[in-house]
Amino acid sequence: MPAIAESAVEAVSAVNDGSTVLMGGFGNAGQPMELIDALLESGSTDLTVVNNNAGQGDAGLALLIKERRVKKIICSFPRQSDSWHFDTAYRAGEIELELVPQGNLAERLRAAGAGIGAFYTPTGYGTALAEGKETRQIHGRNYVLEYPLRGDVALIKALYADHEGNLVYRKTARNFGPVMAAAAAQTVVQVDQLLPTGEIDPETVITPGLYVDTITVVPSASAAARGEAPADAAQAA
Amino acid sequence: MTEITSAPAASAERLSRQDLARIVARDITPGSFVNLGIGQPTTVADYLTPEQRVTLHTENGMLGMGPQAHGDQIDQDLINAGKVPVTELPGASYFHHADSFAMMRGGHLDVCVLGAFQVSATGDLANWSTGAPDAIPAVGGAMDLAIGAKETWVMMSLFTKDGTPKLAPELSYPVTGLGCVTRIYTDCGIFHITEHHGTRGPHLVEAHGLSREEIQNRLEVDLL
Repeated sequence: MPAIAESAVEAVSAVNDGSTVLMGGFGNAGQPMELIDALLESGSTDLTVVNNNAGQGDAGLALLIKERRVKKIICSFPRQSDSWHFDTAYRAGEIELELVPQGNLAERLRAAGAGIGAFYTPTGYGTALAEGKETRQIHGRNYVLEYPLRGDVALIKALYADHEGNLVYRKTARNFGPVMAAAAAQTVVQVDQLLPTGEIDPETVITPGLYVDTITVVPSASAAARGEAPADAAQAA
Repeated sequence: MTEITSAPAASAERLSRQDLARIVARDITPGSFVNLGIGQPTTVADYLTPEQRVTLHTENGMLGMGPQAHGDQIDQDLINAGKVPVTELPGASYFHHADSFAMMRGGHLDVCVLGAFQVSATGDLANWSTGAPDAIPAVGGAMDLAIGAKETWVMMSLFTKDGTPKLAPELSYPVTGLGCVTRIYTDCGIFHITEHHGTRGPHLVEAHGLSREEIQNRLEVDLL
């Protein structure tokens, strides 16, 4: 059974200096903001971060980059209108960037979790992002060899967990959560609500609890905005 | 290099961006599963009719995407690939990123509509980077979208502001995908990239504002 952390800071204690950290979220949807903020507090540095983006505004991952705690970022879309902290670090040569097409990023994470040694993908063939990589023609189509992307720790966000660690997500906030949960040695989840075991219909579980190591409850502002009171069940749990 | 001898034809005769979006929407086969790229392609959704029963895919993990959300509809957990809040339609479904891109890469989507900097005569696509040496690179889903769907359609102006054709013999911008574009919708004409007597190239199916001859004269590409 996963550990229940009393705080986000306690939840991220598995992250060490030099760790590879998978961070869920696409834009703000599914972004484990409180866990990332806890990383800021924890002081761990020299991190390799895997995320779709490279931080936005003056929050979360952007602040980790501002403090030069991220030595390398592996992402698909670092440049945004408000990615100024990444832009500054990158232009100063103070952060390494590995740019990966978004679908290859997701599939490399999936491969890591699924025990796949490497895979041939058509995405990126003939482009600058395939330079130096093995290629192969299979049944008349050209492919690029891509390797799995494993994390030491995954930080993700879900809507509900039960005490077995079974997870349910909400709408497009699911994004990278399930593949990152499987791709890391330690998976830490922040959830809106922790439900008693048995409260989640097994048919609706998206990430089975086997992938989850640590849970912490962070009631989200979006739940409050939706007018959803915390379930009594969560308090009883 | 072809000499550009005349100013663009009267803008009133070319397709407006709205007309172009309307024509792309018209050409989508009823019942299709479609991904509309960020920017101009997104506007195609405004012209799809309920009778077409087109299902929209957004690569961050949803089928059955509805129009942009406004006011009370806005939900930060329900966004499109451009990170704009959207709505869900009856019959919608959610899935994770690897499934979403597998859906695309696996050829399960019928059409993907994208913007472009440049398309080659054989359908190579450039739309992710201008190749400027000081630019910070970003690719997102562009390379996956380019090669994934059964058909990749491009929406763009046929010429740059200085009159350079964006339909070119070969790409000068960095490649997004090779040989992937099947149709090009432009303000001046609509091209299908097809095989003709063993040659792959653009076939002009509609001309707007310019005649076929005028378009041919201004391109360095031989129209089929």
